[in-house]
Amino acid sequence: MDTSVANLVICEHCDAVHRRHELARGEVARCVRCQALLYRCPWLDVNSMFALALAAAVMFFIANTWPIVSLGLNGIHRSATLWGAIFAVASDGAGLVAVLVALMLFFFPLLQVILFGWILGFLRLHRRPPGFVPIMRILTAIGPWSMVEVFLLGTLVAVVKAGSIFDIILQPGIWAFAALTVLLTLVASFDLRRMWVLQRERCA
Amino acid sequence: MTTEAVATAADLDIVACHCCGQVCQHAAGDICCVRCGTHLHRRKRDSLSRTWALLLAAMILYVPANLLPIMRTGSLFSSQDNTILSGVVELWRNGSWDLAVIVFVASILVPLLKFAALLVLLISVQMGKDWRTLGRARLFRLIENIGYWSMLDVFVVTLLVALVHFQKLSRVDPGPGVVYFAVVVVLTMLASMAFDPRLIWDTAAVARKHADD
Ligand SMILES: [Zn+2]
Ligand SMILES: [Zn+2]
Repeated sequence: MDTSVANLVICEHCDAVHRRHELARGEVARCVRCQALLYRCPWLDVNSMFALALAAAVMFFIANTWPIVSLGLNGIHRSATLWGAIFAVASDGAGLVAVLVALMLFFFPLLQVILFGWILGFLRLHRRPPGFVPIMRILTAIGPWSMVEVFLLGTLVAVVKAGSIFDIILQPGIWAFAALTVLLTLVASFDLRRMWVLQRERCA
Repeated sequence: MTTEAVATAADLDIVACHCCGQVCQHAAGDICCVRCGTHLHRRKRDSLSRTWALLLAAMILYVPANLLPIMRTGSLFSSQDNTILSGVVELWRNGSWDLAVIVFVASILVPLLKFAALLVLLISVQMGKDWRTLGRARLFRLIENIGYWSMLDVFVVTLLVALVHFQKLSRVDPGPGVVYFAVVVVLTMLASMAFDPRLIWDTAAVARKHADD
Protein backbone atom coordinates (compact mmCIF):
# COMPACT_ATOMS: atom_id res chain seq x y z
CA MET A 1 0.00 0.00 0.00
CA ASP A 2 2.75 2.37 0.94
CA THR A 3 4.55 2.03 -2.39
CA SER A 4 1.52 3.22 -4.34
CA VAL A 5 0.93 6.11 -1.93
CA ALA A 6 4.57 7.23 -2.18
CA ASN A 7 4.03 7.90 -5.88
CA LEU A 8 1.22 10.39 -5.30
CA VAL A 9 1.38 14.15 -4.94
CA ILE A 10 -1.49 16.09 -3.41
CA CYS A 11 -2.02 19.72 -4.41
CA GLU A 12 -1.70 21.90 -1.30
CA HIS A 13 -4.06 24.47 -2.76
CA CYS A 14 -7.04 22.35 -3.86
CA ASP A 15 -6.50 18.77 -2.60
CA ALA A 16 -6.39 17.24 -6.11
CA VAL A 17 -4.38 13.99 -6.29
CA HIS A 18 -1.70 13.54 -8.95
CA ARG A 19 0.74 10.81 -9.89
CA ARG A 20 4.35 11.93 -9.62
CA HIS A 21 6.32 12.14 -12.87
CA GLU A 22 10.04 12.48 -13.35
CA LEU A 23 10.85 15.99 -14.53
CA ALA A 24 13.72 17.25 -16.64
CA ARG A 25 15.96 20.02 -15.32
CA GLY A 26 14.13 23.32 -14.83
CA GLU A 27 10.69 21.80 -15.46
CA VAL A 28 7.79 22.43 -13.11
CA ALA A 29 4.68 20.36 -12.46
CA ARG A 30 1.41 22.23 -11.99
CA CYS A 31 -1.91 21.12 -10.60
CA VAL A 32 -4.41 20.15 -13.33
CA ARG A 33 -7.26 21.70 -11.38
CA CYS A 34 -5.99 24.97 -9.84
CA GLN A 35 -2.65 25.37 -11.67
CA ALA A 36 -0.70 25.81 -8.44
CA LEU A 37 2.92 24.70 -8.43
CA LEU A 38 3.18 21.06 -7.33
CA TYR A 39 6.91 20.38 -7.50
CA ARG A 40 9.85 21.25 -9.68
CA CYS A 41 13.21 19.96 -10.73
CA PRO A 42 15.87 22.60 -10.04
CA TRP A 43 18.51 23.75 -12.53
CA LEU A 44 21.28 23.27 -10.01
CA ASP A 45 22.51 20.16 -8.23
CA VAL A 46 23.31 19.88 -4.53
CA ASN A 47 26.96 20.88 -4.93
CA SER A 48 26.17 24.12 -6.77
CA MET A 49 23.43 24.92 -4.28
CA PHE A 50 25.90 24.45 -1.45
CA ALA A 51 28.33 26.82 -3.20
CA LEU A 52 25.54 29.41 -3.50
CA ALA A 53 24.71 29.05 0.20
CA LEU A 54 28.39 29.63 1.10
CA ALA A 55 28.52 32.70 -1.16
CA ALA A 56 25.32 33.96 0.48
CA ALA A 57 26.93 33.53 3.92
CA VAL A 58 29.92 35.68 2.85
CA MET A 59 27.62 38.35 1.40
CA PHE A 60 25.50 38.29 4.54
CA PHE A 61 28.62 39.00 6.62
CA ILE A 62 29.70 41.91 4.38
CA ALA A 63 26.19 43.34 4.15
CA ASN A 64 25.94 43.51 7.92
CA THR A 65 29.42 44.81 8.74
CA TRP A 66 29.89 47.49 6.09
CA PRO A 67 27.71 50.63 6.05
CA ILE A 68 24.89 50.66 3.49
CA VAL A 69 24.78 54.37 2.55
CA SER A 70 26.20 57.65 3.83
CA LEU A 71 24.55 61.05 3.91
CA GLY A 72 26.43 64.31 3.85
CA LEU A 73 25.21 67.71 5.05
CA ASN A 74 27.55 70.72 5.08
CA GLY A 75 30.57 68.47 5.28
CA ILE A 76 29.25 66.30 8.11
CA HIS A 77 28.83 62.67 7.09
CA ARG A 78 26.67 60.00 8.59
CA SER A 79 26.52 56.39 7.51
CA ALA A 80 24.20 53.61 8.55
CA THR A 81 24.51 49.86 8.91
CA LEU A 82 21.46 47.63 9.23
CA TRP A 83 22.00 47.24 12.98
CA GLY A 84 22.63 50.96 13.33
CA ALA A 85 19.21 51.54 11.77
CA ILE A 86 17.56 48.96 14.04
CA PHE A 87 19.02 50.58 17.18
CA ALA A 88 18.13 54.07 15.96
CA VAL A 89 14.47 53.09 15.50
CA ALA A 90 14.39 51.26 18.85
CA SER A 91 15.81 54.22 20.76
CA ASP A 92 13.35 56.53 19.02
CA GLY A 93 10.37 54.77 20.55
CA ALA A 94 9.37 52.33 17.81
CA GLY A 95 10.65 49.17 19.51
CA LEU A 96 8.11 46.87 17.83
CA VAL A 97 9.25 48.04 14.39
CA ALA A 98 12.87 47.47 15.42
CA VAL A 99 12.07 43.90 16.48
CA LEU A 100 10.22 43.15 13.22
CA VAL A 101 13.00 44.66 11.10
CA ALA A 102 15.67 42.71 13.02
CA LEU A 103 13.75 39.46 12.47
CA MET A 104 12.87 39.99 8.81
CA LEU A 105 16.18 41.43 7.63
CA PHE A 106 18.72 39.84 9.97
CA PHE A 107 17.67 36.76 11.93
CA PHE A 108 15.45 35.01 9.36
CA PRO A 109 17.85 35.51 6.42
CA LEU A 110 20.74 34.43 8.69
CA LEU A 111 18.86 31.28 9.72
CA GLN A 112 18.05 30.54 6.07
CA VAL A 113 21.70 30.83 5.04
CA ILE A 114 23.02 28.74 7.93
CA LEU A 115 20.34 26.03 7.82
CA PHE A 116 20.33 25.64 4.02
CA GLY A 117 24.13 25.47 4.15
CA TRP A 118 24.03 22.89 6.94
CA ILE A 119 21.57 20.60 5.13
CA LEU A 120 23.18 20.91 1.70
CA GLY A 121 26.65 20.43 3.20
CA PHE A 122 25.66 17.06 4.66
CA LEU A 123 23.59 15.97 1.65
CA ARG A 124 26.50 16.52 -0.74
CA LEU A 125 28.54 14.12 1.39
CA HIS A 126 25.65 11.59 1.30
CA ARG A 127 25.15 11.87 5.04
CA ARG A 128 21.95 12.47 6.90
CA PRO A 129 21.98 16.06 8.26
CA PRO A 130 21.68 16.07 12.07
CA GLY A 131 18.44 17.72 13.15
CA PHE A 132 16.97 17.38 9.66
CA VAL A 133 13.28 17.33 10.63
CA PRO A 134 13.26 20.35 12.98
CA ILE A 135 15.47 22.31 10.57
CA MET A 136 13.07 21.67 7.70
CA ARG A 137 10.21 22.84 9.93
CA ILE A 138 12.04 26.07 10.74
CA LEU A 139 12.90 26.70 7.08
CA THR A 140 9.28 26.18 6.02
CA ALA A 141 8.04 28.54 8.74
CA ILE A 142 10.46 31.44 8.21
CA GLY A 143 10.48 31.43 4.39
CA PRO A 144 7.66 33.98 3.91
CA TRP A 145 9.10 36.31 6.59
CA SER A 146 12.56 36.78 5.14
CA MET A 147 12.47 40.08 3.22
CA VAL A 148 15.92 41.09 2.01
CA GLU A 149 14.60 41.95 -1.48
CA VAL A 150 12.03 44.37 -0.06
CA PHE A 151 14.78 46.07 1.95
CA LEU A 152 16.84 46.56 -1.21
CA LEU A 153 13.96 48.41 -2.87
CA GLY A 154 13.39 50.31 0.39
CA THR A 155 17.00 51.48 0.36
CA LEU A 156 16.52 52.82 -3.15
CA VAL A 157 13.40 54.75 -2.09
CA ALA A 158 15.14 56.12 1.02
CA VAL A 159 18.17 57.23 -1.03
CA VAL A 160 15.99 59.03 -3.56
CA LYS A 161 13.96 60.71 -0.79
CA ALA A 162 17.06 61.88 1.07
CA GLY A 163 18.89 62.72 -2.15
CA SER A 164 16.87 65.88 -2.71
CA ILE A 165 18.42 67.44 0.43
CA PHE A 166 21.64 65.57 1.20
CA ASP A 167 24.72 64.28 -0.59
CA ILE A 168 24.47 60.51 -0.99
CA ILE A 169 27.40 58.12 -1.01
CA LEU A 170 26.61 54.46 -1.64
CA GLN A 171 28.72 52.18 0.56
CA PRO A 172 29.83 48.54 0.00
CA GLY A 173 26.99 47.27 2.19
CA ILE A 174 24.39 48.14 -0.44
CA TRP A 175 26.15 46.06 -3.12
CA ALA A 176 26.54 43.20 -0.67
CA PHE A 177 22.80 43.42 0.04
CA ALA A 178 22.09 43.34 -3.71
CA ALA A 179 24.26 40.24 -4.13
CA LEU A 180 22.72 38.66 -1.03
CA THR A 181 19.24 39.27 -2.47
CA VAL A 182 20.10 37.40 -5.67
CA LEU A 183 21.85 34.53 -3.86
CA LEU A 184 19.22 34.15 -1.17
CA THR A 185 16.42 34.16 -3.77
CA LEU A 186 18.20 31.36 -5.64
CA VAL A 187 18.89 29.34 -2.48
CA ALA A 188 15.40 29.82 -1.04
CA SER A 189 13.78 28.92 -4.37
CA PHE A 190 15.12 25.41 -3.85
CA ASP A 191 12.00 23.29 -3.43
CA LEU A 192 11.95 22.31 0.25
CA ARG A 193 9.90 19.20 -0.57
CA ARG A 194 12.74 18.06 -2.78
CA MET A 195 15.07 18.06 0.22
CA TRP A 196 13.05 15.19 1.68
CA VAL A 197 13.37 13.20 -1.56
CA LEU A 198 17.11 13.94 -1.78
CA GLN A 199 17.56 13.06 1.86
CA ARG A 200 15.95 9.65 1.28
CA GLU A 201 17.80 8.94 -1.98
CA ARG A 202 21.23 10.04 -0.80
CA CYS A 203 21.25 8.68 2.71
CA ALA A 204 19.53 5.30 2.18
CA MET B 1 -13.14 20.98 -18.56
CA THR B 2 -11.57 18.07 -16.75
CA THR B 3 -12.28 19.53 -13.34
CA GLU B 4 -15.12 17.07 -12.71
CA ALA B 5 -12.84 14.06 -13.06
CA VAL B 6 -10.25 15.12 -10.48
CA ALA B 7 -9.93 12.86 -7.45
CA THR B 8 -9.32 14.68 -4.20
CA ALA B 9 -7.30 13.43 -1.28
CA ALA B 10 -10.43 13.64 0.89
CA ASP B 11 -12.25 11.21 -1.47
CA LEU B 12 -9.39 8.72 -1.29
CA ASP B 13 -8.94 8.90 2.51
CA ILE B 14 -5.41 10.16 2.19
CA VAL B 15 -3.79 13.40 3.34
CA ALA B 16 -0.55 15.18 2.48
CA CYS B 17 1.77 16.33 5.25
CA HIS B 18 1.94 20.12 5.14
CA CYS B 19 5.50 20.05 6.42
CA CYS B 20 7.18 17.46 4.16
CA GLY B 21 4.56 16.55 1.53
CA GLN B 22 4.46 12.87 2.47
CA VAL B 23 1.12 11.26 1.53
CA CYS B 24 -0.41 9.38 4.47
CA GLN B 25 -3.49 7.19 4.98
CA HIS B 26 -6.14 9.08 6.89
CA ALA B 27 -9.37 7.24 7.70
CA ALA B 28 -10.38 9.11 10.85
CA GLY B 29 -9.10 10.77 13.99
CA ASP B 30 -5.77 12.29 14.89
CA ILE B 31 -2.74 11.03 13.02
CA CYS B 32 0.87 12.05 12.59
CA CYS B 33 3.01 12.07 9.47
CA VAL B 34 4.89 8.77 9.08
CA ARG B 35 7.98 10.61 7.85
CA CYS B 36 8.34 13.76 9.98
CA GLY B 37 5.81 13.35 12.80
CA THR B 38 3.82 16.52 12.12
CA HIS B 39 0.18 16.44 13.25
CA LEU B 40 -1.93 16.10 10.11
CA HIS B 41 -5.22 17.81 9.34
CA ARG B 42 -7.27 17.55 6.19
CA ARG B 43 -7.91 21.29 6.25
CA LYS B 44 -6.34 24.13 8.18
CA ARG B 45 -7.98 24.32 11.60
CA ASP B 46 -10.70 26.96 12.11
CA SER B 47 -9.56 28.51 8.88
CA LEU B 48 -12.53 30.82 8.33
CA SER B 49 -12.88 32.20 11.85
CA ARG B 50 -9.13 32.75 12.22
CA THR B 51 -8.90 34.48 8.86
CA TRP B 52 -11.88 36.69 9.74
CA ALA B 53 -10.36 37.68 13.09
CA LEU B 54 -6.95 38.55 11.62
CA LEU B 55 -8.48 40.35 8.65
CA LEU B 56 -10.81 42.49 10.79
CA ALA B 57 -7.97 43.39 13.17
CA ALA B 58 -5.84 44.41 10.18
CA MET B 59 -8.64 46.52 8.68
CA ILE B 60 -9.22 48.36 11.95
CA LEU B 61 -5.52 49.11 12.46
CA TYR B 62 -5.25 50.21 8.83
CA VAL B 63 -7.12 53.42 9.75
CA PRO B 64 -4.56 54.77 12.28
CA ALA B 65 -1.75 53.42 10.06
CA ASN B 66 -2.85 55.82 7.33
CA LEU B 67 -4.03 58.77 9.44
CA LEU B 68 -1.12 58.98 11.89
CA PRO B 69 2.29 60.17 10.68
CA ILE B 70 4.74 57.40 9.82
CA MET B 71 7.65 59.78 10.31
CA ARG B 72 8.50 63.32 11.44
CA THR B 73 11.10 65.26 9.52
CA GLY B 74 12.52 68.17 11.46
CA SER B 75 15.07 70.89 10.92
CA LEU B 76 16.24 73.78 13.11
CA PHE B 77 13.08 75.82 12.67
CA SER B 78 10.33 73.56 11.49
CA SER B 79 9.05 70.03 11.70
CA GLN B 80 6.73 68.20 9.38
CA ASP B 81 4.59 65.09 9.72
CA ASN B 82 4.57 62.57 6.88
CA THR B 83 1.83 60.01 6.32
CA ILE B 84 2.04 57.14 3.86
CA LEU B 85 0.04 59.07 1.29
CA SER B 86 2.03 62.31 1.70
CA GLY B 87 5.22 60.30 1.18
CA VAL B 88 3.92 59.13 -2.19
CA VAL B 89 2.88 62.68 -3.15
CA GLU B 90 6.29 64.04 -2.15
CA LEU B 91 8.11 61.49 -4.33
CA TRP B 92 5.82 62.39 -7.24
CA ARG B 93 6.44 66.12 -6.82
CA ASN B 94 10.20 65.64 -6.70
CA GLY B 95 10.04 64.02 -10.10
CA SER B 96 10.54 60.38 -9.10
CA TRP B 97 7.20 59.30 -10.52
CA ASP B 98 8.44 55.74 -11.04
CA LEU B 99 9.28 55.28 -7.35
CA ALA B 100 6.07 57.08 -6.41
CA VAL B 101 4.13 54.45 -8.36
CA ILE B 102 6.09 51.61 -6.73
CA VAL B 103 5.51 52.96 -3.21
CA PHE B 104 1.84 53.63 -4.00
CA VAL B 105 1.36 50.06 -5.19
CA ALA B 106 3.27 48.47 -2.29
CA SER B 107 1.89 50.62 0.54
CA ILE B 108 -1.64 51.48 -0.53
CA LEU B 109 -2.83 49.29 -3.39
CA VAL B 110 -1.50 45.93 -2.14
CA PRO B 111 -3.04 46.17 1.38
CA LEU B 112 -6.39 47.29 -0.07
CA LEU B 113 -6.26 44.50 -2.66
CA LYS B 114 -5.54 42.01 0.12
CA PHE B 115 -8.50 43.23 2.18
CA ALA B 116 -10.85 43.07 -0.82
CA ALA B 117 -9.57 39.68 -1.99
CA LEU B 118 -9.79 38.06 1.45
CA LEU B 119 -13.31 39.46 1.92
CA VAL B 120 -14.39 38.05 -1.45
CA LEU B 121 -12.80 34.67 -0.68
CA LEU B 122 -14.29 34.42 2.83
CA ILE B 123 -17.79 35.49 1.82
CA SER B 124 -17.94 33.36 -1.34
CA VAL B 125 -16.79 30.29 0.60
CA GLN B 126 -19.28 30.90 3.40
CA MET B 127 -22.13 31.35 0.93
CA GLY B 128 -21.13 28.06 -0.69
CA LYS B 129 -20.80 29.43 -4.18
CA ASP B 130 -19.68 27.42 -7.21
CA TRP B 131 -18.38 30.52 -8.92
CA ARG B 132 -15.11 31.16 -10.75
CA THR B 133 -13.17 28.62 -8.72
CA LEU B 134 -10.01 28.91 -10.80
CA GLY B 135 -10.11 32.71 -10.70
CA ARG B 136 -10.51 32.73 -6.92
CA ALA B 137 -7.68 30.19 -6.53
CA ARG B 138 -5.44 32.46 -8.62
CA LEU B 139 -6.51 35.55 -6.66
CA PHE B 140 -5.47 33.81 -3.44
CA ARG B 141 -2.06 32.87 -4.82
CA LEU B 142 -1.55 36.45 -6.02
CA ILE B 143 -2.17 38.04 -2.63
CA GLU B 144 -0.09 35.35 -0.93
CA ASN B 145 2.88 36.13 -3.17
CA ILE B 146 2.83 39.93 -3.21
CA GLY B 147 1.64 40.71 0.33
CA TYR B 148 5.05 41.06 1.97
CA TRP B 149 6.13 43.90 -0.36
CA SER B 150 3.98 46.21 1.77
CA MET B 151 6.78 46.24 4.35
CA LEU B 152 8.58 48.60 1.96
CA ASP B 153 7.59 51.82 3.74
CA VAL B 154 8.57 50.41 7.14
CA PHE B 155 12.10 49.74 5.86
CA VAL B 156 12.27 53.19 4.23
CA VAL B 157 11.40 54.88 7.55
CA THR B 158 13.90 52.69 9.45
CA LEU B 159 16.75 53.69 7.15
CA LEU B 160 15.85 57.38 7.08
CA VAL B 161 15.67 57.51 10.89
CA ALA B 162 19.20 56.10 11.08
CA LEU B 163 20.65 58.28 8.32
CA VAL B 164 19.06 61.68 8.85
CA HIS B 165 20.36 62.36 12.32
CA PHE B 166 22.35 65.60 12.31
CA GLN B 167 21.68 66.75 15.88
CA LYS B 168 19.26 69.67 15.78
CA LEU B 169 20.09 70.62 12.21
CA SER B 170 18.07 67.95 10.53
CA ARG B 171 16.55 64.73 11.75
CA VAL B 172 13.89 62.13 11.03
CA ASP B 173 11.95 60.38 13.79
CA PRO B 174 9.54 57.46 13.41
CA GLY B 175 5.85 58.31 13.93
CA PRO B 176 3.21 56.08 15.54
CA GLY B 177 1.73 55.33 12.09
CA VAL B 178 4.69 53.17 11.09
CA VAL B 179 4.13 50.84 14.07
CA TYR B 180 0.46 50.40 13.12
CA PHE B 181 1.39 49.90 9.50
CA ALA B 182 3.98 47.20 10.27
CA VAL B 183 1.40 45.38 12.42
CA VAL B 184 -1.17 45.64 9.60
CA VAL B 185 1.23 44.01 7.14
CA VAL B 186 2.03 41.19 9.59
CA LEU B 187 -1.69 40.64 10.31
CA THR B 188 -2.65 40.50 6.62
CA MET B 189 0.15 38.00 6.01
CA LEU B 190 -1.08 35.87 8.92
CA ALA B 191 -4.66 36.19 7.61
CA SER B 192 -3.79 34.88 4.15
CA MET B 193 -1.76 32.07 5.75
CA ALA B 194 -4.77 31.13 7.89
CA PHE B 195 -7.09 30.92 4.88
CA ASP B 196 -7.35 27.43 3.41
CA PRO B 197 -7.72 27.67 -0.42
CA ARG B 198 -9.01 24.09 -0.54
CA LEU B 199 -12.28 25.40 0.90
CA ILE B 200 -12.89 27.18 -2.43
CA TRP B 201 -13.01 23.80 -4.16
CA ASP B 202 -14.80 21.98 -1.33
CA THR B 203 -17.74 24.37 -1.28
CA ALA B 204 -17.90 24.52 -5.07
CA ALA B 205 -18.11 20.70 -5.21
CA VAL B 206 -20.92 20.68 -2.64
CA ALA B 207 -22.80 23.42 -4.52
CA ARG B 208 -22.46 21.49 -7.78
CA LYS B 209 -23.76 18.31 -6.16
CA HIS B 210 -26.82 20.21 -4.87
CA ALA B 211 -27.41 21.66 -8.32
CA ASP B 212 -27.30 18.18 -9.85
CA ASP B 213 -29.81 16.70 -7.38
ZN1 LIG C 1 -4.57 22.30 -7.14
ZN1 LIG D 1 5.59 15.05 7.16
